[in-house]
Amino acid sequence: MIRLQDVRRVFHQGRPDELVAVDDVTLDIADARITVLRGPSGSGKTSLLALVGCMARPTSGRIHVGDREVTSLPEHFLTEVRRLTFGFVFQQFHLVRGLTALENVMLPAYPLGGSRKALVARAQALLDRFGVGARAHARADWLSGGEAQRVAIARALVNDPRVVVADEPTAHLDSKLSAGFMDLVAALRDEGRTVVMASHDAIVYDSPLVDHVVSMRDGRIVRGEP
Amino acid sequence: MKRPRPPTWLERQRYLLDFTLSSLGRRKGKNLALAALYTLVVFALASVLLYTQALRSEAMRILEGAPDLVVQRVVAGRHDLIPGDRVERLSKIRGVQEARGRLWGYYYDASARANLTFLVPDRFWGKPGEVVIGEGVARTRLAVPGEPFPVLAADGEVVVLKVRETIPSFSELVSSDLVLLSEPDFRRLFGIPPGLFTDIALTVPNGKEVSTVAAKIRGQMPDTRPITRAEITRTYEAILDWRSGLVVLVLAAALLSFGIVAWDKASGLSADERREIGVLKAIGWDTSEVLAMKVWEGAVISLSAFLAGLLLAYFHVFVTPAPLLAPVLKGWSTIYPEFRLTPVLNPFIVSTLFLLTVVPYTVATVVPAWRAATTDPDEVMRS
Repeated sequence: MIRLQDVRRVFHQGRPDELVAVDDVTLDIADARITVLRGPSGSGKTSLLALVGCMARPTSGRIHVGDREVTSLPEHFLTEVRRLTFGFVFQQFHLVRGLTALENVMLPAYPLGGSRKALVARAQALLDRFGVGARAHARADWLSGGEAQRVAIARALVNDPRVVVADEPTAHLDSKLSAGFMDLVAALRDEGRTVVMASHDAIVYDSPLVDHVVSMRDGRIVRGEP
Repeated sequence: MKRPRPPTWLERQRYLLDFTLSSLGRRKGKNLALAALYTLVVFALASVLLYTQALRSEAMRILEGAPDLVVQRVVAGRHDLIPGDRVERLSKIRGVQEARGRLWGYYYDASARANLTFLVPDRFWGKPGEVVIGEGVARTRLAVPGEPFPVLAADGEVVVLKVRETIPSFSELVSSDLVLLSEPDFRRLFGIPPGLFTDIALTVPNGKEVSTVAAKIRGQMPDTRPITRAEITRTYEAILDWRSGLVVLVLAAALLSFGIVAWDKASGLSADERREIGVLKAIGWDTSEVLAMKVWEGAVISLSAFLAGLLLAYFHVFVTPAPLLAPVLKGWSTIYPEFRLTPVLNPFIVSTLFLLTVVPYTVATVVPAWRAATTDPDEVMRS
């Protein structure tokens, strides 16, 4: 369970351009469920997702990951929580150009050390699982949108995280690929992982595979919407 | 939360180095150009330092065999011939073991347009009418043993001597422009009557007594100038330092421009590199890991350029006859000595060079990376 209590995230606090991206959000994210944060652009979905994934600290409020309060952790420990608990799929996928698909998948595991042979095998198995095993040695910039996304998912899973966080994962995919992505997400949930996504794509938030939809507007959770 | 076993330091560094190398490979053009420029600068700087260091130790090695004290006669501040009776007087000074008159002089050879040094050795192994010449003289005069060696004497006559052999040089640095000959031949060529010498060499076995002996000589013979070996050594060092200083000064402009280029290349992170650091942080890299990766990156470029530059300089100075430096740094006559320097790799020079090149570059790569790496990882999600 990830629990957010009265969480606020303010950018440029105290300056004329102050922006409240997340405003007083209290939310429980259940384990082994698919939760979608929906809302228009600027509604605070991505900022909230960043807080959930321990990528940023809230200006105020508390966040618990499992039974651990993470808001006050020093950077080093927060990084450790992030890399062992979360896997990230970004809107632009953010694969490192020039590296192969396989190297991209291995990247989050580098700071963890361990046997290189085992890491290569694990990364290759993930690529095989998502149907891009044959593209393992292709450079990231040569991959199609669908391939890049599946490599990004494989990368998110390489450290075997409990939670997968995805920001607008279908933004660059056509409807067929988006539906395929939802099937992959459902498979992750079925193996016991928690999936948290931010999306304003109806294919995502209207999918029957989604367990919980959280609607947002102006940084706040809007109750009573589907 | 599943906790894998903590990684060993070595394992982590291996992965970071791995990533660094592939990262360098991705920006091949930029990094190769930088490494090449870097190597060139290290090469130039190391060449000058190694060369002057080797010349210095060569010169010092030769000076070990030089007399402890040389006494010259000075007339109105000008060096003049010294009477032979002084040999006897000088040898009686306490602390002096031996005094011997020396005959030597510079001879301008119009055909070679070079100054040659004529010298009567303590024991000349040739016969009167013969000369033993340095390899530089042999090269310029195209003289081989058995060939005539014409010289213009003080009375205007051409004296034809015969080349007996070339000097078996242990160091051509000083023997290159040397012509050894017998005493009668020397006196005839230079018009020096018997009983006069160029200077007098003294042997003073106790090094601590040299300055006392010199003071005594100055007191007893006010028209002489005693020169100690330490003074000759200082002159040699001053000449070498002056020469290498000149070259380093010329190089300074190149060094400065390299510094600016390197700083600019290393310190300016491209948008791509900045984005990459953001991605690494977002997928779970710590600031310290990003920095370690950047340290490796700087170290790989600067260390390989440093080693390549140093090796090239070593090859240039000690294997080839240092074609780029020889005309500036060696020889004070037209006859350049041709010799192989004894390889000297002074740890002080190597570490100075290391500190001047590798450390600043590595720091230059780390500072901007640190700035980029300390930003929140969620920046990448909002980019």
